[in-house]
Amino acid sequence: MTMEEVDSGRDPMEIDGCEPEGQEKMRENAVPDGFDANHLKVYYGKLFPHSDLFKWMSYGNDGKHPACDQSYIGRREFSFTLEDDIYLRFQSFNSIHEMENSIKEKRPLKIDIGPVYSVDPTKRHAYAQSGDNVFTPVERELVFDIDISDYDDVRYCCSGADVCLECWPLMTVAIKVIDTALRDDFGFNHILWVYSGRRGVHCWVCDGRARRLSNEQRAAIADYFRVYKGNENSQKKVSLVGPALHPFLVRSYTEVLKDFFEEKLLPGQKLFSTEERYEKILEIIPDESITSELRGKWQENRRSSISKEDINAIRWEQLKHMLQSGKQKAQGLRRCVEEIVFSYTYPRLDMEVSKHMNHLLKAPFCVHPKTGRVCVPIDPKSCEEFDPTSVPTLSKLLEELNMGGFRADADDEWERTSLGKSVKFFRLSFLQPLLKSCKEEIESAYNAKLQLSKNSLSW
Amino acid sequence: MEIIRSQRRPSKVDDVVSTLPLYRSAPPLQVRLEDFELFAIDRLRVLKGISDGLSRGKKPDEMEKLVSDLWKANMRHPQASEFVNKDIISHFVLRLVYCRTEDLRKWFLSMETALFRHRFRLVTPEAQRVLLAEFDLPYKAVSHAEFESVKEKLGQVARSIGQSLPSADAIYFKVPFEEVPELVAGRRVFLHKGHAYVAMNQVVSLVVTQFRSHLSKALVLTNRKWTSTIREQEKERLTPIVEALSTSYLGPDYSQPREFVEISIKDIDQVANSSFPLCMRHLFEKLREDHHLKHGGRMQLGLFLKGVGLKLDDALAFWKAEFSQKVGSERFDKEYAYSIRHNYGKEGKRTDYTPYSCQKIISSTPGVGDHHGCPYRHFSEENLRAALGKMGVGNRAMEDVMDKVRNRHYQLACTLTFEAVHGSSCDAGINHPNQYFSDSQKILHPKVDPASKSRSC
Repeated sequence: MTMEEVDSGRDPMEIDGCEPEGQEKMRENAVPDGFDANHLKVYYGKLFPHSDLFKWMSYGNDGKHPACDQSYIGRREFSFTLEDDIYLRFQSFNSIHEMENSIKEKRPLKIDIGPVYSVDPTKRHAYAQSGDNVFTPVERELVFDIDISDYDDVRYCCSGADVCLECWPLMTVAIKVIDTALRDDFGFNHILWVYSGRRGVHCWVCDGRARRLSNEQRAAIADYFRVYKGNENSQKKVSLVGPALHPFLVRSYTEVLKDFFEEKLLPGQKLFSTEERYEKILEIIPDESITSELRGKWQENRRSSISKEDINAIRWEQLKHMLQSGKQKAQGLRRCVEEIVFSYTYPRLDMEVSKHMNHLLKAPFCVHPKTGRVCVPIDPKSCEEFDPTSVPTLSKLLEELNMGGFRADADDEWERTSLGKSVKFFRLSFLQPLLKSCKEEIESAYNAKLQLSKNSLSW
Repeated sequence: MEIIRSQRRPSKVDDVVSTLPLYRSAPPLQVRLEDFELFAIDRLRVLKGISDGLSRGKKPDEMEKLVSDLWKANMRHPQASEFVNKDIISHFVLRLVYCRTEDLRKWFLSMETALFRHRFRLVTPEAQRVLLAEFDLPYKAVSHAEFESVKEKLGQVARSIGQSLPSADAIYFKVPFEEVPELVAGRRVFLHKGHAYVAMNQVVSLVVTQFRSHLSKALVLTNRKWTSTIREQEKERLTPIVEALSTSYLGPDYSQPREFVEISIKDIDQVANSSFPLCMRHLFEKLREDHHLKHGGRMQLGLFLKGVGLKLDDALAFWKAEFSQKVGSERFDKEYAYSIRHNYGKEGKRTDYTPYSCQKIISSTPGVGDHHGCPYRHFSEENLRAALGKMGVGNRAMEDVMDKVRNRHYQLACTLTFEAVHGSSCDAGINHPNQYFSDSQKILHPKVDPASKSRSC
C-alpha cells in the first residue's frame, strides 16, 4: 500500500474539512441530519442501488457468453470506511449477493472503488510471496476529481468546503470543458459525472479504452488538460504561450469560459469591486505602464457615480481595451485577456487522482457523512440546472420512505423517493448504453479470437 | 552474446543495415572481457551526461547537441568498423546492470529512451524512414481529402507550438492517441475522436514510444534471466563486474543519514536556517507558518528530514506539533501518522523510501496550494529574489544566481547560492538536497568529520 493510496492523492485534511461544525448552509429536515447507523441501515437496505453498481463494475462479464471473464469482478478492489476511521481496504466480491450482504452488514460510511487487479485483492498476500510483483492494477476507469476548495483564490462568496449557488457554476464550467474534450478529442462515450456530496464533482470515464490506459497515458491526458503552470510562489498561475492557442483551448475559451467569465463570474464575484480584488487581476499583466494607467483610472473614479453593478463590467472593458488596442503589438499582452479568463475559470483538476490507476474514488450513491447528501449523478447535458443545495439528503429520503408507509414489495422503494430520478438517470443514460457496448466488445473480441484459431488450424 | 577473454576476433558489421540499432536481440558477437566493462563505462558516461542535461531543464535542441557531443566523446572506437558493435555491446551489458531493481530499470529506461530519441533526430530523413519501416507501424498517412477537412485545426496546432503551417503535401499520420502520450501531454497534436494527427517531424514520438515499451518489457525479462541463471552461472566472471557497475555512477541515494547521525527536534530550526537548501527551507517555513503542507510538500520535506537524520519518533513529534495546531492531534494520529511511518518503511510495502534528488524535485509539477518543487525553477523572479535575500545572498551573487535561473541551470543556481551563503566554493555542484545539507554541515562543523576534508566542499 503506498502513501498515495491512503491519501487518495488529496489532502485528507480537506476531505471532510476541519472547520467547525454547523456551517452547513443546507439543513431543513425534520429527521435530524446526523449520521447514525440506523439511517444507513435503512438506506443500504431499501434505497442503495446495489445491483446497478454491481452490473456497472462487471462490465458485461457477468453474462453467459463464453468470452465473459468470470474472474473480472472478483479482482476489483472495494474499500469501506467504517465508523471511528476504520478502513477496510482490498475487499472484493464474486457475486451481487456477496457484495450486497457485505454492504448491508458493515454499513460503511463511505465506499471507495479501486482498480481491477491482476489477482483477487483479498488473496494478494498469497501472491506476494512469489517475488515477482504479480499483484498489480491492470484496469481502472479514467477518473477526475474537481474540488471547489481549490478555487478559493477566485471566489469571494465562500471558502474551503463551503459551496453556494454563486460559486457552484465554476463546477458546471469544469464539467462542460472536460466532458466535451473527453468526447470530441479523446473519443470517449461512457462518461459518468457524480456530485461528490459536498464540495465538488467526480468523473468516471468507463470506455474499455479508458480503463486500459497505462499510468503514463493517464498522465498525458491529465497534462493535456493542464494550463496551470505555477504554484503558490509564482505569480502567473496560467501560462498560455506560443503565437496561437491549441484548438482545445480555443474551443473551451470561445464556447464556455469567455461567456461564463463575463456574464456570470465577473458580476457574481464582483471581481473589480475593490482595490484588493482588481489588484489580483492586474498582477497577471506583466506590463507596468498598463497596470499603472488602469490603476490610476480606477482609483480616481472611486467616488464617481458609476453604480456598483456596472463597475465590474466597465473596468473589465477598460482593461480589455488597453490590452487589445492596436498599440499593443506584443503577442504576450494580447494573450493576457485570455490568461485572466483562464486563471479565473478553467477547471482545476486534482492531477494525482487521474494519473495513477491505484487511486481510490468514492462510489456514486454514497452518502456524504458531513452533509448527509447522496452522491448523485449529474447529467452533463444539463449540468447548469444541477443545484447542490437541493440534492436529497439521507434524512429527507427516510422521511419520504416513512410517508409512503410500509409496503410488502420491498423492491424498488427508491422509486417513490426523490432518489428515483437519479437512479433512473444512472440506468438509462449511463449503464444501459455502457453494457450494450461492453457486450459488443466482448463478442467481437471473441469472434476475432475464433477467426484467429480457425486460421491457424487451416494452416 | 558470447564473452571471451582477451582474444580479439574481428566481427562483421556489413549486415547492420540501419544507422541506429534497435537492440531487438542480443547480438551473436564475441566480446573481450575488458571490453565488456570498458564499453559499458563509456556508455554510462553518455547516459549520466543525458541525465544531468535533463535535470538542468535543457531544451530539445540543446539536448540534441549535448547527446551528439557525448556520443562523439565516449562512444568512438579506434576501429571505425567496431562503432556499431560497441554501441550494441555496451547497451546489452548495461541492460544486465540496470535490470535488477525497479529504480535502476526506470533510470536506464528513461536515459536510453532519451538517447534514442536524440540520435533518431540526428540521422538523415532517409535513415528515419528505414527505421520507421523497421518498427512496422500499422499507420497510414492521412488522405488528401481528410487533410483538407482538418487543415485549419492542424494549422492552429502548428502555430501554437511555433511551427510553420503545414503545406498542402504535408504528411500526417492518424494514430490512436495512446501511442503518442508525450505529444498529447504537451498539446502538440490535434486530437479528434481518439485519434492524434501526427506530423512527419513528430514521428520520432511514435518511434520512441515503441522503443520504450519494447525496452521496458525486455528489461523485465532480462531481470528474470539474471536472477534465475546468469547471476549464479557468472558469479566468478561477470557478476562482480555487473554489480560494481551499477553503483559506480549513480552516486549515493541518501536514504540513510551518513556522517551526521542524528539531529534532534530542538536543533531543527537552527539547522534549517543554516544548512537547508532553499527548497527545504521554504517548505519548512511554510509548515511552521501554516501548520500544514499538502501531499507533495510533506513527501519532499519528510524524506529530506529522514535523510538528514531525523529519527522516526522525532519525525512523528515534529509533524504532529505543527499539524495538530490545525487539524487536532487526534486527526493527525489517524490520518497523517501512517504516511510518516510509511516513509520510514514501517507500513505498507515497507520500502525504505529515498529522499528526492534535485532532478526529481525540478521535474515535479506543483499546483495551486503547493509549496514543493525547486524554487529556482518554480518561483517567480520576484519571489525568488525575496527568498534569496532572506537567506543572506548579496546583490552581486543574486545577479549570478538569477542569470543561471534564466538559462535554466537550476542546480548551478543552487550551487551559487550555497557558495554565497557559506562563503566557500562547491566544485562538485549540488545534485541532491541532502548533499547540500551534509556539505553545509561539513563547512560549519569541520571537526566532526575529518575524513572528508579531502572533498572540495
